[in-house]
Amino acid sequence: MSDMVTINVDGEDRRVPAGETLIQACLDTGSYVPHFCYHPRMEPVGMCRQCMVEVETPRGTMLVPSCTMSVNDGMVVHTKSETVMKVQEGMLEFLLINHPLDCPVCDRGGECPLQDQTMACGPGESRFVEEKRHYEKPIPISDLVFLDRERCILCARCVRFSDEISGDPLIEFMDRGANNQIQTFPDEPFSSYFSGNTVQICPVGALTAAPYRFRARPWDLQKAASTCTHCTTGCDISVDSSQNQVLRFNGVDNDFTSHGWLSDKCRFGFEFLGSAERVTTPLIRGDGGEHRIASWSEALDLVAGRLSAIIERDGGGAVAALGGARGTNEDAYALSKFMRTSVGSNHVDAQMDDGLEPQFLAAVAGRGRINDLESAKTILLWGPDLKEENGTLYLRVRRAAQTLGARLIVVHPRRTGLDDRAAFKFTYRPGAGAETLRMLAAGEGEFAAAREALNEGPVVALVGRTGYTEDPRLAEAVAAFARDLPDSSLLVLARRSNVFGALDMGLAPTLLPGRVSADDESGRALLASVWGELPDAVGRRAKGILQGVRDGAIKALLLMGADPVRDVPEGALASAALSEAEFIVAVDLFVTDSSALADVILPAAAFTEKDGSVTNLEGRVQKVNQVVAPPGQARADWSILDDLARRLGKPLGFGSVEIVAKEMAAAAPAYAGIEWDHLETEAGVVVPTGDARQPLHYVPVAGWPPGGGEGSIAEGGGSGATAFALHYARTLYDDGVLMRNGLSLHKLAPGGFAAITSGDAGRLGVAEGDMVTVNEVPLPLRIDDSLLDGVVYVPFNQPGIAPVGDSLEVWVLPFTQAEGINVSPPLGGSAGGHEGSDGEGGS
Amino acid sequence: MNQTRVLFKRMTDHPADSHTIDRYLETGGYEQARVALGRTRDELVELVKTSGLIGRGGAGFSAGMKWSFLAPARPAYLVVNGDESEPGTFKDRQLLERDPHQMVEGMIIAAVANEVHEAFVYIRGEYPKPARRVQQAVADAYERGFLGRDVMGTGYHLDITVHLGAGAYICGEETALLNSLEGRRGEPRLKPPFFPAAKGLYMLPTIVNNVETISNLPHIVERGIEWYRGLGHDVDTGTFLFSVSGHVKKPGNYELPHGITWRQLIYDVAGGIRDDNELKAWVPGGASAPWFVPSEHLDLEITKSVTDSSGSMLGSGAVIVMDETTDMVAAAERLVRFFAEESCGQCTPCREGTTWLDMILRRMLDGGGRAVDLDLLYDVSDNISVGVGWPPKQTTICPLGPSAVSAVKSLLEYFRPEAEAHIVRANRVPVTIKGFGQ
Repeated sequence: MSDMVTINVDGEDRRVPAGETLIQACLDTGSYVPHFCYHPRMEPVGMCRQCMVEVETPRGTMLVPSCTMSVNDGMVVHTKSETVMKVQEGMLEFLLINHPLDCPVCDRGGECPLQDQTMACGPGESRFVEEKRHYEKPIPISDLVFLDRERCILCARCVRFSDEISGDPLIEFMDRGANNQIQTFPDEPFSSYFSGNTVQICPVGALTAAPYRFRARPWDLQKAASTCTHCTTGCDISVDSSQNQVLRFNGVDNDFTSHGWLSDKCRFGFEFLGSAERVTTPLIRGDGGEHRIASWSEALDLVAGRLSAIIERDGGGAVAALGGARGTNEDAYALSKFMRTSVGSNHVDAQMDDGLEPQFLAAVAGRGRINDLESAKTILLWGPDLKEENGTLYLRVRRAAQTLGARLIVVHPRRTGLDDRAAFKFTYRPGAGAETLRMLAAGEGEFAAAREALNEGPVVALVGRTGYTEDPRLAEAVAAFARDLPDSSLLVLARRSNVFGALDMGLAPTLLPGRVSADDESGRALLASVWGELPDAVGRRAKGILQGVRDGAIKALLLMGADPVRDVPEGALASAALSEAEFIVAVDLFVTDSSALADVILPAAAFTEKDGSVTNLEGRVQKVNQVVAPPGQARADWSILDDLARRLGKPLGFGSVEIVAKEMAAAAPAYAGIEWDHLETEAGVVVPTGDARQPLHYVPVAGWPPGGGEGSIAEGGGSGATAFALHYARTLYDDGVLMRNGLSLHKLAPGGFAAITSGDAGRLGVAEGDMVTVNEVPLPLRIDDSLLDGVVYVPFNQPGIAPVGDSLEVWVLPFTQAEGINVSPPLGGSAGGHEGSDGEGGS
Repeated sequence: MNQTRVLFKRMTDHPADSHTIDRYLETGGYEQARVALGRTRDELVELVKTSGLIGRGGAGFSAGMKWSFLAPARPAYLVVNGDESEPGTFKDRQLLERDPHQMVEGMIIAAVANEVHEAFVYIRGEYPKPARRVQQAVADAYERGFLGRDVMGTGYHLDITVHLGAGAYICGEETALLNSLEGRRGEPRLKPPFFPAAKGLYMLPTIVNNVETISNLPHIVERGIEWYRGLGHDVDTGTFLFSVSGHVKKPGNYELPHGITWRQLIYDVAGGIRDDNELKAWVPGGASAPWFVPSEHLDLEITKSVTDSSGSMLGSGAVIVMDETTDMVAAAERLVRFFAEESCGQCTPCREGTTWLDMILRRMLDGGGRAVDLDLLYDVSDNISVGVGWPPKQTTICPLGPSAVSAVKSLLEYFRPEAEAHIVRANRVPVTIKGFGQ
């Protein structure tokens, strides 16, 4: 314990870590020191002066702010002396003289540090008889956040958060002295993806969130611990509800995942829960195509009857299931068991063609920890833009690069949120990833310095697909390269919140629960001892399932919270398949573009409406808890499947979610022994990786790509029609069904556009704002010179925009040249179609 | 009482063109820079330390000691503080405007002594003419080869950048000045850990010296320690520039040896009180300093040690004299208002406390004083500067807040009956409480 020192606080010796700030040492050892500006996750600024204490020095007793002092061995501190108490009361009086004291109508009232500390240390009455400061209040500083400068105590927490933590310093002090105030810049709103964190850490009600304003009094809120399920990071949250309504999410600080931060999507993305559009009863489609309300027994009988008939006629392999990555592990396990035992099909895929090889994911899951970033010397990020897809992980990488001094290498087809903190940034053309990796691995040319940096460990590699058009094998090759770097750990990035849990439960054609390969004989035997007979046939992946449905090989489709029409790049294939299917049953929260085509829609319970566990990208299993009752007759997926299986004559034997969880722990080897009781901690439990049964399925980098290179994209010709390489990737806010049914966030989706370089725009004869078509989908053009020439970037799933497909090579045409678009050309050019086809022929 | 002109000598002898490079060279200019270029850092630091040169920015710290604390990391920077904003202070203006080369030569000496190759002059934005003169002087020095890649053919590299402030008193505080110079808000930094000699400009070791301090250097190098110490009085070596203003017959800048008395300064040097009125009080060392009164302080010697031990400071040498016609509540209000308006607003006690003090004083002047107000003034002051003592035990980040307390402290200490009379008078007229910003 050489890194501990002894300090004396109010006459009592305490052992505290050397170098700790004095205030933290006091707080951790039981002496409360009032404070406002101090926040353990940010640099101290010593501004509010509330935490003044007395420290004995050779020159006498000194009054110091305890947040800016580090502890020294033998330090003698007084936190309750007469002087300290007087000063602390004085600071509170200063903070209150201009405070409006509008606590009765303030969101913070009841959970306000200013109120609480006034109660504890403040003056009993005001001696201030002058007129208070007045400002216009409140003013919206973004679509989500309101600012009340009268309540503000100028602690700079929001300013520091946006500067130090999220890296978008859009909120600052303006003016000086008594007129010092928080402001945004003219014409530049506080449009940070992380703005909600400033609301959470504001020590008064100066910053309030639009989705929560005036919705509740804090003492009426019930707070329940849970885990956020918007992405794979698995951040601890507190779900605050009142009268069976979820009203607010707050981040809960822990050292493992989020450090207490949340992205605004996670924080405010709960509004769909209370949407009036929720499906609350089973719905059965009549002959006219309209859905009618039905009872559970009628709907389940119908589903069981149709499924039984199809299974009897065509075998279990005529039934397939898509989805399952948005629910709990228990739901995923139930679906996995339902399909394998009650139906007898291996056609299950939780990844909707946007993921990675399941075998690979199962093999690498848990081979790195987010906390490895804290000690990383070098970080390789070759995957999606974390800012858009894994918000809090983005903050952790940012912290590692900005505050902890790790060297960050970013490889991506476009600019990313972390470019400003990257020591090395390499932009490549989608499709040219293999060559880029070969050059990086060899340290050729511009890659030499970055390759050198990768020799210095510990290295953390964050690897995933940068976009939908990228070959998933590239990520495997990058992982294989990263595996051999010194002291390396690997974090694999995949889309959809509980995708790691779903795969761990076997929601992939090639996997069985517990990270067991479907062809692993001993694993099969173990599982068979719990499940009985297992299907043999090789299952199809999502795209294969959709093709099978379209072609008639698969007759019935089970959609578990899956919306393939909107949510896969090949939306056209999904539309065709769903209209061809003999029978579709959708278990969903909403009538989506996909579930609208289902014969039966069964209302599902959402996150916060059911208990269970989820698994994050590290393999960390954490608990999610039921906070409110599901609306109407909605039920948890496992329970629906349990009933359905019984009607099929092959019961799952659950009866309660606890039984599911217990069986899971027995049947999924990697989850052996993980019980809910173990999960009631902030850290959860990390699934052990040592005994993962299958070897790593990396394709060594030297052996990939097969045949070498895929740079077959034609270069732009002079005729105006050019083949582009498509970069098709997600944005934080989009037209996903949960976003679409949340009022606050849906309007923040950037909208559809096609981005190309200014050089390409010049060659095409188009300018910013002009309409172009990408694979015949009309989109407004944006200039983005962070791309390479010959690359077009299209954000995925934007409101009102059709999917452009997942082919690497696409055509970008000025709108007037486009053929077959059912919209009048703006200038009425009749020759447009011909020019277009000429151009295509000429390239 | 004769002045001892050292820093002011050239401008006195050659009032028409003392700022030009030709006159400066004709009167022996830049010879001491050449001497310094042949010396080591240790020699120069020792020279300045032994000379007893005290920093003239207000804090009164040994310049040589400050230099010796410079951390070893390089590059190191030199910043000359010409943000002369303390009310009543106008001596640096004269040095910048009338003898800019004296400072530039001093900067070369300080740069060599501190292994600096990049130096800055930060001049307050309200000084356009001094800034132009300094800019011209720097340009001329470059042209003559006294600055740049090869200073005087020695291979030494020194660049000087002239920077104008944007009108904030607080930027005279050295760490706020550094923030301003970096393009940030002019807010003082936390000390610790941000002592400029260790983590200054761009977080690198930085020497910040006042214009007058730097202007002394050529003379110390030229004429040596014995001469310099002989100009002064014991530990207060050299001459001292006084800016005398207020109710005196001959306000102005005076260069004087330490050790004369306040009576000599006010009555002999500055010609006595206007209209031969009675002297009521004076500010001895800039607006931040607690006041002196004739009954207690008139015959004190003007030295750092005597002034410090008498509860005030010599500071920047600004002497503001007030005669019997002065309303001391109005005087205190004017000083407090200055600090309230100039507070950067960063820390609570300064932002809220100085403004509150000013509101109370203004209310008293406006006829709204209450019997409790004097105790309230004291207690608010106590929460900014614990014990309302001297030197202040501040609850603030920097000394600006306690500076506002000085006037209130002086008012309550020496003129409480006058303040009480204000309140008694006030209670005969209808009371209106005027608000913030009115």
